[in-house]
Amino acid sequence: MPLTAKREQELTELCRRFRIDALTAIHGAQSGHPGGSLSVCEILTLLYQERMHICADKPDDPDRDRLVLSKGHAAPMLYVNLIEKGFLPKGSMATLRCVDSLLQGHPCNHTPGVEMPAGPLGLGLSAAQGMAIGLKLSGSKARVYAVLGDGEMDEGCIWEAVMSAPKFQLDNLCAVVDLNGVQLDGTTDEIMPMRDVAGKWHSSGWNVIECDGHDLQELTAAFDAAERNAGAPTVIIAHTVKGKGVSFMEGKAAWHGKAIDDESFAQAMKELGGAE
Amino acid sequence: MAKAIREVYGTVLKELGETNRDIVVLDADLSGSTKSAIFGKAFPERFFNMGIAESNMVATAAGLSTTGKIPFVNTFTVFLTTLGLIAARGQVCYGNLNVKFGGAYCGMSDALDGASHHALEDIAVMRTLPNMRVIVPADATATYWATRYAAEHWGPFYLRLSRDVYPDLYAEGTKFELGKGAIVREGTDVTVIACGLLVHKAIEAAERMAEKGVSVRVVDMYSVKPIDKELILRCARETGAIVTAEEHTIYGGLGGAVAEVLAWGGAGAPTEFVGLQDTFTESGKYADLLHKYGVDADGVVAGIEKVLQRK
Repeated sequence: MPLTAKREQELTELCRRFRIDALTAIHGAQSGHPGGSLSVCEILTLLYQERMHICADKPDDPDRDRLVLSKGHAAPMLYVNLIEKGFLPKGSMATLRCVDSLLQGHPCNHTPGVEMPAGPLGLGLSAAQGMAIGLKLSGSKARVYAVLGDGEMDEGCIWEAVMSAPKFQLDNLCAVVDLNGVQLDGTTDEIMPMRDVAGKWHSSGWNVIECDGHDLQELTAAFDAAERNAGAPTVIIAHTVKGKGVSFMEGKAAWHGKAIDDESFAQAMKELGGAE
Repeated sequence: MAKAIREVYGTVLKELGETNRDIVVLDADLSGSTKSAIFGKAFPERFFNMGIAESNMVATAAGLSTTGKIPFVNTFTVFLTTLGLIAARGQVCYGNLNVKFGGAYCGMSDALDGASHHALEDIAVMRTLPNMRVIVPADATATYWATRYAAEHWGPFYLRLSRDVYPDLYAEGTKFELGKGAIVREGTDVTVIACGLLVHKAIEAAERMAEKGVSVRVVDMYSVKPIDKELILRCARETGAIVTAEEHTIYGGLGGAVAEVLAWGGAGAPTEFVGLQDTFTESGKYADLLHKYGVDADGVVAGIEKVLQRK
């Protein structure tokens, strides 16, 4: 079902606030990954705030939906979502990447609401596949989401899982590729051309959906279609912009994993309508 | 009756599967060799052949474990502890997840396939991972215990298993304990601390040394991590000399673990290390390889003689 105009507006406002909160934490830590956190904002926000059946009061509910953030460097955007859902204390973003913090540079399942450690790229789709197999064995209707980066698809293990998930007919598994076209050293075309991404997944047996990864209605339609699909896993190839929402970061590899200087931070806050 | 370690392991997996519906088993296209197929045949709905894709297998097991399943992952030791290592470290051990690793062809037990298939660094690799426990069974009874113990206790376990038949060492029903070693032969002049196949080689060496009037104690250090510090230091104190013996590089494995304890405890006992001397191996008959690379009874005897000269 499409989002109501009111809900779409609420989620859009949440996304704006999450961008501000994530960048503020990365600026505060003087370390982190702004580009990939901003590009995955709508994907994570829609899943956590609208679609997934999760409850901070029942974090171990066997029938909860699961999300594996395989592109673990986007952790700040994961954490702002978990704070909003009540898994983490308000104000904890200020401790990002600090000693004794719940908020590690890359996610770990020691942090409430985080389902699987991530950081070494390429492993999250396989872990999500394991969850999907386990849930099916247990007769649960819960769904599993694996959120991947496009640079991450350089990793061989991704393709091992691309081959295996259709074998196990995991229609409770939905992968989302945050296709922002940029990785650490340059564009994905420069570093390791992927050519026909959709074709690769499709020929392996996946239900493939492409959409604008910043359009909440298009993402909603894609997740709806994924839920209706039976007998095979779905991949949503979400076309996004690295650094989305901050003009000078957009499409720039330089902002993949760079501390934000004070001047750039002030400019970003101005663009996002946040407090400097 | 002595049995192939892999055969015992596969049979215990099946037994476990009969009583515990949460046990699931994964293999990387070697189930006929690792004997995980014994489980797979009995419980096809809980058996997952992941193809020749070890990273995917271990990471999938990590995910399975978070849904209350108890996954056992299986392939040849060398592939499990190299290609499977990234997920073993990054997900299973970092997350302290309930995944069990069965390394099927340890040491040079896949003898004829050659150096590419020999696993001689795996103890060193696996024991450095926080949360990982490492067990090296030396016979069928110990394998039976280790497999059941891993299934029944939370967290990551690495079981170092062999393709080969090991002679019987323990009576059925023997009590084992994680973090403990067992004195399997008493002696007073020197202690050989061994694991796996080398326990048997050490016993043979001890018998030969007895003919020369040397009294050799043999310890089966089946629990390599956590390791029995108290027993190691007691042996150093009581016999005054230590030889470690393993089908593994002398760096970082059982020998390394024992050396850490001896140094920490200020034991001051001279120590020799029997194992692979920083070398790759080759194809050959198993017994020939064990002899050539110094990990048979002759090798242990040489180690004992060397350490006694330094005592």
